[in-house]
Amino acid sequence: MCRLFCVTSDEPQSPMLALGALDVMREGHDGSGVGLFLTDLTGPFAELKDKPILSGIFTKDGLRRLNDFMNALGFWPLYRVVITTDKEPPPGTPKRDFYLIQVYEYPDGWENLDQEEKEFRLMMTRLQLRWMGEEKEDIIVFSFWPDVIMIKEVGDPLLVGEYLRLDRKELQARVIMAQGRQNTNYAINLYACHPFFIQGIATMTNGENTAFVPIREFLLSRGFPGYTGYQSDSEVFTHILHYALKKLGLKLEYYKHLITPLTDEEIKRHPNRELLRRLKLACRPLTIDGPNCVIGCLPDKTVFMVQDRKKLRPGVVGGRPGFYVLCSEMCGLDFAAPDRDKSQDFQPMHLDTVIVYPDRREVRRCSQMEPLPPLH
Amino acid sequence: MLPDGTLTPSSLGLKDLRWLIYWDKDKCALCGRCTAVCPVKAIELGVHRQRVVFSPLLDAPAKEAPSGLYRVYYGIRQRTEPAHACTGCGMCAQVCPNGAILPYRNDEEDKLRFHFNQGGQPRRRGGRRNDPAPGTLDRIKFVRISMLTDPALDALRHEFELRTLLGRILPPEEELRLYREEGWTPPVREIYPLMIGGMSLGALSPTMWEGLMMGVAYLNEELGLPVRISTGEGGCPPRLLRSRFIKYIILQIASGYFGWDEIVRAIPEMKEDPCAIEIKYGQGAKPGDGGLLLWHKVNELIAAIRGVPPRVSLPSPPTHQTLYSIEESVAKMIQSLAMAWGFRVPVYPKISGTSTALAVLNNLTRNPYAAALCIDGEDGATGAAYEVSLNHMGHPIASNIRDCYLNLVKLGKQNEIPLIAAGGIGKHGNLAANAAALFMLGASAVQIGRYILQAAAGCLGSESDRCNVCNVGICPKGITSQDPRLYRRLDPDRVAERVVDVFLSFDMELKKIVAALGRSTSLPIGMSDALGIDDYHAAERLQIKYVI
Ligand code: SF4
Ligand code: SF4
Repeated sequence: MCRLFCVTSDEPQSPMLALGALDVMREGHDGSGVGLFLTDLTGPFAELKDKPILSGIFTKDGLRRLNDFMNALGFWPLYRVVITTDKEPPPGTPKRDFYLIQVYEYPDGWENLDQEEKEFRLMMTRLQLRWMGEEKEDIIVFSFWPDVIMIKEVGDPLLVGEYLRLDRKELQARVIMAQGRQNTNYAINLYACHPFFIQGIATMTNGENTAFVPIREFLLSRGFPGYTGYQSDSEVFTHILHYALKKLGLKLEYYKHLITPLTDEEIKRHPNRELLRRLKLACRPLTIDGPNCVIGCLPDKTVFMVQDRKKLRPGVVGGRPGFYVLCSEMCGLDFAAPDRDKSQDFQPMHLDTVIVYPDRREVRRCSQMEPLPPLH
Repeated sequence: MLPDGTLTPSSLGLKDLRWLIYWDKDKCALCGRCTAVCPVKAIELGVHRQRVVFSPLLDAPAKEAPSGLYRVYYGIRQRTEPAHACTGCGMCAQVCPNGAILPYRNDEEDKLRFHFNQGGQPRRRGGRRNDPAPGTLDRIKFVRISMLTDPALDALRHEFELRTLLGRILPPEEELRLYREEGWTPPVREIYPLMIGGMSLGALSPTMWEGLMMGVAYLNEELGLPVRISTGEGGCPPRLLRSRFIKYIILQIASGYFGWDEIVRAIPEMKEDPCAIEIKYGQGAKPGDGGLLLWHKVNELIAAIRGVPPRVSLPSPPTHQTLYSIEESVAKMIQSLAMAWGFRVPVYPKISGTSTALAVLNNLTRNPYAAALCIDGEDGATGAAYEVSLNHMGHPIASNIRDCYLNLVKLGKQNEIPLIAAGGIGKHGNLAANAAALFMLGASAVQIGRYILQAAAGCLGSESDRCNVCNVGICPKGITSQDPRLYRRLDPDRVAERVVDVFLSFDMELKKIVAALGRSTSLPIGMSDALGIDDYHAAERLQIKYVI
């Protein structure tokens, strides 16, 4: 089972904190891969906060093709971190030419686009790069979005982190999500590595999603080009969240009602019973069947954790104001926040969504039985 | 040549029959129960003359020469005329106190099959397609077992939500918009995914119908299982129409419109809405043919409920008289029926399995009032049909449902129009496995008919052509007869008990299947990754795994 770690902190943190925590939790993952999602960035990236950042892995040819492609679109590079290394990679990790994190200036004319169109085009640019890369196997892109960096690689998380020198100062971030991969039923493909990302929304998951196929079919048939990929059964969690927030205009509190709706008896007792009844009908193909713990981050840097209805996966949240950790195992939390007040730790159960808003003042626990925020 | 010396083209001998009677003279008590119970008078009292050689004992006082003697004994004689050919029902064996009689199947293909058509009338019968081989559904296995990477669930103790939806479901965006604007949304019923399909009062005896209805009411009211039953084409007794139990019932309208005068009259007095309206355009057992109730079964009660004179045959036309195009007439019919109940009741068509099902479905997707599509496959049973339709017409349900589901997926409407699968589900007793396979191929619900007759009332019919005399009102179990002497054999309370048994055991078996697949929070509709079959072409066709 994969291990999950997420930190949200007023003080910027190094990705190595997350990789250290994964290492502590390593009994649960076999070191077959690691994925990192960094946002609320610092340093030079913070100065270019509104500009899109491209994260990916490139061969020499791939890099050249990237530059040609981005040039043609009118994207202008502003700043970049290129990770190349002469060292021997750790066991299992392939040798790559470049890991690239590059900030771009928007093409001329984009400043007049409305937000939705801009977001759509950014997504389409990432997808086009992905398709180009899949054709020639020279480009892998993880994200193309303002204030977001993603790194994924095969191998042991801590060794990969050391190998790529992820302790560098410019990679510090206030929100970090990391997943240590336990390779189960799918071949190792970096597009199958969590966290998954779409338009500022990222989630990662442990466990199997037994309802994967019907959910995938539903998402694929929405006619939205971003709902693609699905090398991993967990990617649908990200896309369901995206669908809920962006397509249905719902708030985070509704997410759990889509993936794990209440029973009919519970709905009858709920203050928003009519709305929930109808959501349950209309969103029936989005019901996941677990067992899963989902940790995610929204475009506004809110982070959250939800459990599936069966609550067969671990998950714990703890910390102190200004520094909270959402983690799949207690030992990872102990590693990252040893001096917290443990009596305040919270393990969400089958009805809970745990939310830490960007102000990081408290851990909000919301039960599915509570009244929902109004639709807007 | 017959013992009486005659010989006609249709003179058959015992060797030519499908079913033969074994009778044991030593056990027979000559009580006559078998001949009395036989629905087709296949056996009669036989008076047999026998010659025995008499040889006196050597030391007998009066010396007599050995001689031939004649004696007479009584017993059973099996008749060989096609009209009285044994149907293998086995009722004689059931009533024999001594176990002296038993039907068995001829070891050779019978010659009877060439002689059913006496008087130029092709054979008509009840039952299913005569094909006892296991079907595709029986060969589908559930191969994605939750093992270690995710835990299998406990069917006995876990919480399961295995309900389904009947009704037009809107896309989420649309549903939310109408919620905000307080607009009208189509009625949707949350029901149990195993339904009892349309078998009319008329086709079924009053005791059978009553037993089914009581069973369904008990499941709903006492056990909280929202099981629904369709009336079939034959109307509904007036008191039931006006009772609160009508909400468990799907009223069927078919091309004969039988019983609809009564239903329409009852609408203003209905306490509750019916569950749904099913418009029957076709039936799996006799695709392209209308309902058929032969005069034998149209007694005063049935005639009154259907609004017809008694003792006339009631062949419904193959199609609705108003139907000339799917775009208009079907849409209009769906709309008119929806309107009759103020758009509070889902209305859906039922068609027989056909390679044109996709065209029907595509049309329904564009009709905002179409609440579902029910497809009845070639293995569906009936009370009366021409054998040629039963045996040779129609489309297997598995690929029909799969094609329709995948087509809905392509349109992004897989949650909007529920597909209901029917026709031979549980034909070999594997009810839950067949149903689960259909759910995972894309069905939202399944309907059973013959299965419930077999399990809840002991119907003797089989795909080896056993019994199947449902059409002429002589059902030896009283299930499909309108003769009080026969239907009194069936105790409606006991039928109701068996209906409950069937649903409870189905529920447990279904849980046993889905729990092992790690599913519990929703019916696994379209979970095709769980399915495998040991036939490469079938796997390709159904887009499931090929496993050997
Ligand atoms: S098996 Fe049925 S049809 Fe045949 S003789 Fe016995 S009772 Fe009659
Ligand atoms: S027992 Fe009755 S219902 Fe069953 S096949 Fe025989 S006649 Fe038909």
